[in-house]
Amino acid sequence: MTDATNSPSTGPMLSADGTPLKKSLQIALRRQKLRALALVAPLLLFVLISFIAPIADMLFRSVENEIVSETIPRTVVALEQWDYADGNAAAPDDDIYAALYVDLSEAEEFKTHTRLGSRLNYETTGMSSLLRKTGRGIGRMDTDEYTKQFEALDSKWEDPAVWVAMMQSPGIADILPETASAWQSWQRIVANKNDVLAEEQPEDFIYTMLYRDLIADPATGLAGYSGAGADMLWAADSAVDGFEAISLREQFLDIDKDWADPQIWGTIKAFSSPYTAGYFLSSVDLQLTPAGIEPQPENQQIYMLLFGRTMFMSMVIMGSCILLGYPIAYLLSNLPLRTSNLLLILVLLPFWTSLLVRTSAWKVLLQQQGVINDILVWLGLVSDGDRLVMINNQFGTIVAMTHILLPFMILPLYSVMKTIPPSYVRAAKSLGATNWTAFWRVYFPQSVPGIGAGSILVFILSIGYYITPELVGGTTGTFISNRIAYHISSSLNWGLAAALGTILLAVVLLLYWVYDRIVGIDNVSLG
Amino acid sequence: MKSKLATLMCGAALAMTGVHAQAADMADSMTIVSWGGAYQKSQINAYAEPYKAMHPEVEVIWDESSNEAVAKLRAMNEAGNITWDLVDVVAADAIRLCDEGLAMEYDPDELLAPAPDGTPASEDFGDLIVSDCYIPQIVYSTTFGYRTDMVGDTPPTQICDVFDLEKYPGKRSLEKRPINNMEWALLCDGVAKEDVYDVLETEEGQAQALAKLDTIKDQVVWWSAGADTPQLLADGEVVMGSTYNGRLFSLIEEQDQPVAMLWDAQVFDLDGWIIPAGLPADRLARVKDFLKFATDTQRLADQAKYISYGPARKSSAPLVGKHAELGIDMGPHMPTDPANAQNTFLYNYTWWADYRDDLDAKFQAWLAQ
Repeated sequence: MTDATNSPSTGPMLSADGTPLKKSLQIALRRQKLRALALVAPLLLFVLISFIAPIADMLFRSVENEIVSETIPRTVVALEQWDYADGNAAAPDDDIYAALYVDLSEAEEFKTHTRLGSRLNYETTGMSSLLRKTGRGIGRMDTDEYTKQFEALDSKWEDPAVWVAMMQSPGIADILPETASAWQSWQRIVANKNDVLAEEQPEDFIYTMLYRDLIADPATGLAGYSGAGADMLWAADSAVDGFEAISLREQFLDIDKDWADPQIWGTIKAFSSPYTAGYFLSSVDLQLTPAGIEPQPENQQIYMLLFGRTMFMSMVIMGSCILLGYPIAYLLSNLPLRTSNLLLILVLLPFWTSLLVRTSAWKVLLQQQGVINDILVWLGLVSDGDRLVMINNQFGTIVAMTHILLPFMILPLYSVMKTIPPSYVRAAKSLGATNWTAFWRVYFPQSVPGIGAGSILVFILSIGYYITPELVGGTTGTFISNRIAYHISSSLNWGLAAALGTILLAVVLLLYWVYDRIVGIDNVSLG
Repeated sequence: MKSKLATLMCGAALAMTGVHAQAADMADSMTIVSWGGAYQKSQINAYAEPYKAMHPEVEVIWDESSNEAVAKLRAMNEAGNITWDLVDVVAADAIRLCDEGLAMEYDPDELLAPAPDGTPASEDFGDLIVSDCYIPQIVYSTTFGYRTDMVGDTPPTQICDVFDLEKYPGKRSLEKRPINNMEWALLCDGVAKEDVYDVLETEEGQAQALAKLDTIKDQVVWWSAGADTPQLLADGEVVMGSTYNGRLFSLIEEQDQPVAMLWDAQVFDLDGWIIPAGLPADRLARVKDFLKFATDTQRLADQAKYISYGPARKSSAPLVGKHAELGIDMGPHMPTDPANAQNTFLYNYTWWADYRDDLDAKFQAWLAQ
């Protein structure tokens, strides 16, 4: 018996053409899968490109911070040597000011210094005008003294062609490192102006860097240099000791005394890396300071409060939607079709009305000189002097949003209740259950999937709601989304807006996971 | 005679080719971004319609997006596709756009027409060119209006009446942002006008301003859209409220509501154009041509026929006439009218450019408490 079953299957089962059955099945299935994938590919690509990619891009902004190291790369490198040390640090030395001088000379041409200013102003107040002012003043520094002194030494220093030849000589970058580095900036500046390099006399910052290179005593390297302009360099090298020196630090302090403030430099250093946690820290009421992570001052803490309020109010709105929506859905599903269809249209009608109109209607109803207050005064329930405040606060927001989101609760509830056979309740009653028991023990458990679906819809919609809280929320009824909108459209702090949005997304996913653990996502039904 | 005719014809032909070349260099359509409502209408009436009468081939598309102009321009710039040609923004936004490199810098004397007496544009506009990218059009002010039937026999005459709950009980509406409110609070807390920004720069000064606002916080309705205060005043929801003076003008004169102006300590602000950075040459040429026309002395004075905002050019002020429909003299309704401008406050743009983020965080935290 065992022999009989085993003997044909000594090898693997083969299909008609001789390949193992398992393998040919796999091939067939893979082909099927590929075909299915090809069919959904257009949709998949569409979703990826138009939905996932923008979201991913926006989320990425919450950590991206390349602007500092791109705008002032030399300064960022130079600052590595400098230590903030709780603000007691000595202000940076001339090397760092020199790096900043070249960086800003280039940034000023490309107008990126003000952009950097707005970025850093989110962290330290005053950076915006400091950089704007410095950009304006950087061309008027006294560093033209260096230019004049070089020209006085040898008029050939005025000649752009000499410069071009010299800076193209091999090995010059080792002998004159700062000049060579500044020369690259100069090349970009000239290119941006659509000028020809060999026809434009270099700006003062090139001469300044040349002076710094020569005074730093590169004599060893310079002695062996034989490229273009070697004699000029040798002559200059022996003459620079007699040059009048200009302190770049003093020059920057002349533009604005804030450049002596270690806080300013500390901020630049703290935000110099291309990726930063700063935005995320800000969105949980912390801040990245030069001295490390600190809580925001108490009078600026707002985001945790708003996150908490958004959660709380969304829960309340969800709860009131269940309380109001359940009886309506129950009624709808138990009425004859003709009546229930009519009522369903009434549920859907506000759906087809503009959101703004509905919100404004609540304003008219709820305001102090509004319809409801007028009726209450007329009935004598409240006196004319102290009319109820029902709008521009949490109450107004909850009322208006419950109204707006109610259909999202009623519709899934209705479609689930429609499928509950009335015979179950009848059976329960015939077995002796009271009305309440029949409802609670038999009907209600079957309608839970509808509650689940409606709750998820209402909660997730309300957590990101923006326009209604903005219009009727006053100060106590606004959501976190109102701050996100502010940072997107007014303050242009997109990094912070992205961080706040990311946190909101994470919280929703977390709640979804918790919901799945407690209720089970399989128990959700849209009908 | 013959040669003369030939020269004339030659000249005419040359002139025509000149016109033709010019027209070919300019785009035939132009998207202008503005605020919508009465303000945009005044721009259409004063600038766009006369310009179209001169250049019938030009199509002007209006986009009512000035509210989100800063964010949208940045998004367009990142996408590398600027669809706007001319954008109307307030001064603070212009400074931000200029800082971000989203607006084009320009030379006033080259781009803008001189005054009729030959004064160059840079002098005619004077200090109002607050940013290298900004072409101011009008001066407006943020000021208060009050219900005449709700203030008793002694209507408010000065800004500090806003903070006086005993004399003027009831709600007031203030804008939901620190700008202006902080300054008014300090002014009414005994800080001299010239010291306001020095005081506001310190932590103590900011706390002082918020403490002053605290005294009326319970009685304030905070607005975020310019139409809110007029609506609240019309409904009798508030006794007094701040908004733009043009909105109050239309509430009082056009809608005949029992409301009056409180001009004391009005805060001047500017509205004007910026040209988005990176426009293609033909569109830029068209915009420049339009701008030269739309910001000349007569056009700015014409705009005041339709809305009670003061022209930004000094030379336009004497030309301001009567309202186009109501026929009333517009002079006394201008924020710059001497009777209204007895006590004004100058909004410090550059200061706010620095402190806006910081103070806004503090202000919003204070509001949420």
